[in-house]
Amino acid sequence: MDVDLLIGIFPQVLLDGIILGFMYALIALGYTMVYGVLEFINFAHSEIFIVGAFVGVEILLGLKAAGLLEALPWVLVLLLILAAGMVVSGTLAVVVERVAYRPLRNTPRLIPLISAIGVSFFLQDAIRLFESLWNNSFNLVYPTIDALNHRFEITETIDVPMKSLVVIVAALLMLWALHAIVRRTKVGKAIRAVAEDQAAASLMGINVNRMISITFLIGGAMGGAAGVLFGIQYGLINPYTGFIPGLKAFTAAVLGGIGNIPGAMLGGLVLGLLEAFAASYLSLLTGGAFGAEYKDIFAFSVLILILIFRPKGLLGEVVRERA
Amino acid sequence: MTLLNRPLPATILVVALLALTAYGVSHFPRSIVVFMLFQASILLLYFARMPSWLKGVLTAGTLGVLMPVLGSINAYYLEIAVQVGIFVALALGLNIVVGLAGLLDLGYVAFFAVGAYSWAIFGSPHANSIFGGGAFPLAGWWFFVFLLVGVAVAAGAGILLGLPVLRLHGDYLAIVTLGFGEVIRVLANNLDKPINITNGPKGITPISRPPIFFDPVLRALGIEAGPNVVYPLYLYFLVLIIVGVTVLVNRRLEDSHVGRAWEAIREDQTAAQAMGVPLVRMKLLAFACGASFAGAVGVLFSAKQVFINPESFTFMESIGVLAMIILGGMGSIPGAILGATVVTVLNLQVLKGLSLWLNELRNAGIEIFGYNLANLPTQLEPAKYERMIFGLILVLMMIFRPQGILPARRRHRELEEPR
Amino acid sequence: MRLARLRLVIASLVALALGLPMASTADAQSKGTIKIATQSPLSGGQAALGEGIKLGTQLAIEKFKGPLEKAGFKVELVPFDDQAKPDVGVANAKNVISDKDIMVVIGHLNSGVAIPSSEVYREANLAMISPANTNPTITDRGYPNIFRVCGRDDVQGVVGSEFAAGTLKAKSVYIIHDKTTYGQGVAEFFKADVEKKGIKVLGYEGTEEKSNFDPIITPMKAKNPDLVYFGGIYEQAGPFFKQAREKGVKAKFMGPDGMDSSDLTKIAGKTVVGMNYTSVAGPVSVYPKAKQFAEEYKKKFGKNPEPFAAQAYDSTAIAIKALEAVTKGGKAPTRDAVTAAIRDVRYSGITGSVEFNANGDPKTALYFVLQVASDDPQKWGDNKEVKRLTIAAPAAKK
Repeated sequence: MDVDLLIGIFPQVLLDGIILGFMYALIALGYTMVYGVLEFINFAHSEIFIVGAFVGVEILLGLKAAGLLEALPWVLVLLLILAAGMVVSGTLAVVVERVAYRPLRNTPRLIPLISAIGVSFFLQDAIRLFESLWNNSFNLVYPTIDALNHRFEITETIDVPMKSLVVIVAALLMLWALHAIVRRTKVGKAIRAVAEDQAAASLMGINVNRMISITFLIGGAMGGAAGVLFGIQYGLINPYTGFIPGLKAFTAAVLGGIGNIPGAMLGGLVLGLLEAFAASYLSLLTGGAFGAEYKDIFAFSVLILILIFRPKGLLGEVVRERA
Repeated sequence: MTLLNRPLPATILVVALLALTAYGVSHFPRSIVVFMLFQASILLLYFARMPSWLKGVLTAGTLGVLMPVLGSINAYYLEIAVQVGIFVALALGLNIVVGLAGLLDLGYVAFFAVGAYSWAIFGSPHANSIFGGGAFPLAGWWFFVFLLVGVAVAAGAGILLGLPVLRLHGDYLAIVTLGFGEVIRVLANNLDKPINITNGPKGITPISRPPIFFDPVLRALGIEAGPNVVYPLYLYFLVLIIVGVTVLVNRRLEDSHVGRAWEAIREDQTAAQAMGVPLVRMKLLAFACGASFAGAVGVLFSAKQVFINPESFTFMESIGVLAMIILGGMGSIPGAILGATVVTVLNLQVLKGLSLWLNELRNAGIEIFGYNLANLPTQLEPAKYERMIFGLILVLMMIFRPQGILPARRRHRELEEPR
Repeated sequence: MRLARLRLVIASLVALALGLPMASTADAQSKGTIKIATQSPLSGGQAALGEGIKLGTQLAIEKFKGPLEKAGFKVELVPFDDQAKPDVGVANAKNVISDKDIMVVIGHLNSGVAIPSSEVYREANLAMISPANTNPTITDRGYPNIFRVCGRDDVQGVVGSEFAAGTLKAKSVYIIHDKTTYGQGVAEFFKADVEKKGIKVLGYEGTEEKSNFDPIITPMKAKNPDLVYFGGIYEQAGPFFKQAREKGVKAKFMGPDGMDSSDLTKIAGKTVVGMNYTSVAGPVSVYPKAKQFAEEYKKKFGKNPEPFAAQAYDSTAIAIKALEAVTKGGKAPTRDAVTAAIRDVRYSGITGSVEFNANGDPKTALYFVLQVASDDPQKWGDNKEVKRLTIAAPAAKK
């Protein structure tokens, strides 16, 4: 075994894991927002997330066709597609809630889960239908923005591209913003009240339906932003791309303690690091007997272990269990 | 409906409908619509009020005689019946875990995989590459032994999963079972090295089928039928027997003290414990029981397919089975059966039939409202949007009938009350 | 007039609902309908490739159906969606054999679906011509009704390694595959053969990951191989190559025929310019037939052909040739006759000349090693042929 190699790649793997972790954390925020209020796994969040990515790529392709992509400063372009993705995904999430979840508010919790799975199936192929009529292709590629591809070399072997830094900064900003909204504003207080007890909140004059819509709006907008950043980071998207990262992000949310916003961030980081280290090191350490293909087994096994010792996730659940 | 509540007219109506639609299928063997009418008559038979012995006889006659006869006219219908049977058994197994005991399991297909691989490995030459020598495949009659082995192995896997997750509730349980399901699939996909156990993505083939031990009887009766004719029918009857046993066990369990204990856990774990329900034992029992059915059908599935690889055991399959029992009505045996039937028929027959039908309309160049269908762009081809329609149906079902098609009676009361 | 048309519509709807042939629309001298079915995933994650198979078949039917129609037959395409699931594929297969008008199946995309489904076709001796299933098992079973026009993993892997050792003179190689029957299959044979030729295999990894390849690329970059071989499809390989080059991997890239799509350059841009891939489909720039196919496909469907679309096109052309032979003199075709006739077809198409051996493999497979010429997806057709190898199909292992 080549010990130098093992040590040599360590910082880069750490960096890979952190970037992946922030990506998961960004998506996980949407799951956790909704779960915190409704105690309901919004299975369709992975599609709401990928819709954001599609909005981003459509605008970029439009700008490119108009020749504006090179002309405009990249920060402006980035902010523009982020805002557009957030608006569309947020609106979609509100619509989905209004149509497919609200009528099921008082049914056993598995019923909205199945409805969400139905929405997820529907949205996947609806995106496909739309894109194949619009573009005659549903595998879309993000045009490269040179400034975002610039790599900062830390040492000769370790470097980090601009776009990954953008992901990290965006994730931290969004975490902070979300925290501020939920903790410091009146709306946040109302949302927390609804999460605590819907009936009591409504007696206190809080419009429960409106608060839940706002929750979906925020969660969806987070998903949309995550989608745009996902597209910039990895390049290729199709209507089915969102499913697996969505599942992983959901795992991350549970790992950190679902409903808990800092928990989602921590869960994402843990999962991202686990995956990166498993994929990079397993093959080197076992001489090729086990390899990168075991990274999901590794991640899920650790998840099970953590949940055995901390059944409410790493940071615990914020929602109180209802008696 | 009133007609169905009076025994005599109900019996006459149902028998007449069954006879008529069965005749219809034999006359129009390619018509999906007529076959669906036949299936609807079977459903009517369930709803009709008549003496239970008569109902039993009619059900046995329909499933044991009419269906195989129609199946030999159009093999496709028999295949649908077999797949419906497989999914009914899976749904009934999951119904124990989710419907009765209230433990949300998102990785149920793992047990199905465990059963399927247990026979696939030993019932094919593949086991030689693990143990060396040429002793494998095991002779066909081992299949029947492996039905029990499949049950045992899957039940073992159920306990293995159950043990660590005893402390977890609700969605934590869901995510761990989901993880377990993925772990089993990824293992099946990767265990071709360092020791080749599952042959990885390339899958295992050929898997032996159970022997036609009744061949002499067939000959004596003067029936000369090749294996191509016998096997589909044979597998159909095997599935029928497994489903029969599953239903029987489910019904006995439901009304036993074990079943009551499960329901108590589902309704309120703390209260159940206070009343003396042994939580650990009952939860493990629920996992083991639910898993064992999946193990048995898994064995059958691998013999039916002759080939298996990990693609059959994805997360989507677990979700599909869960959708079946919720669509049918949680915790209800008739509901699970109906849910499994509806989803499978919808997927394999109705949506496919619809796409083929629209495709023929295109080929025929028929005009609707002055628009020639042959000009329809390929992007709008109906075959591509089957899953979208399925998703839509799921949502609509949940909104307009959240209790499922045939809810369990006890459950039904509970749903009426506000939470 | 309107009423008459309405009546016609209703009559045909009823006829279809009862599963009857539509007498009302068939013209008087028609001798019946011949249907060609496709089975491939049309929905779900692999839909793009599955659709390519369907569209390739559709194009071929429209192009070659003339003689059959002149002889009085109506030729129709019946597309089935197997959803890449074995159980759905088998149920479809049963439906296919119960439709007596279906004479040939073109499919599937996934070997995992093709193997159990072909057991069903065999019951009815219905011919299946596979455009994409490269798994040796498909034909090694020796079924009389199973054919394929695509290559085999055990051949294509070797072709790749010949090129890596002979032309590229690579000293070390890093192999990645996608954990599917196809990708892992071809990667395994590639690995076995490069090891035989004395090239050092620095790493061998499988991954189902579709977006984030960082953790795989990091150790690869540290080991600095001469060549990176990706066993898989362009959808996964494109992002992988792009991320690898951006991260500073300097190795040459190579892959099997799953790379043969203009979308590869759309995804990976200039990072794949100069990379090599092996394929049975000849380069458009050299072969007028291939060029014509690509142009017609683009004109009809508005996009460049996916991998395996050309193979589906050829499969269909072979099927139609066999059907022509069988229906000579106006005879109605039977499945047995069609299956037998396919074996006698000698056909020279866009994927080379095809003549089947006893197992249903092409007797000799002509492989091209191509090089990506430009980062413009529109210029995918300019890809250069850098080498060609003719390899006979290996005898079936018993």
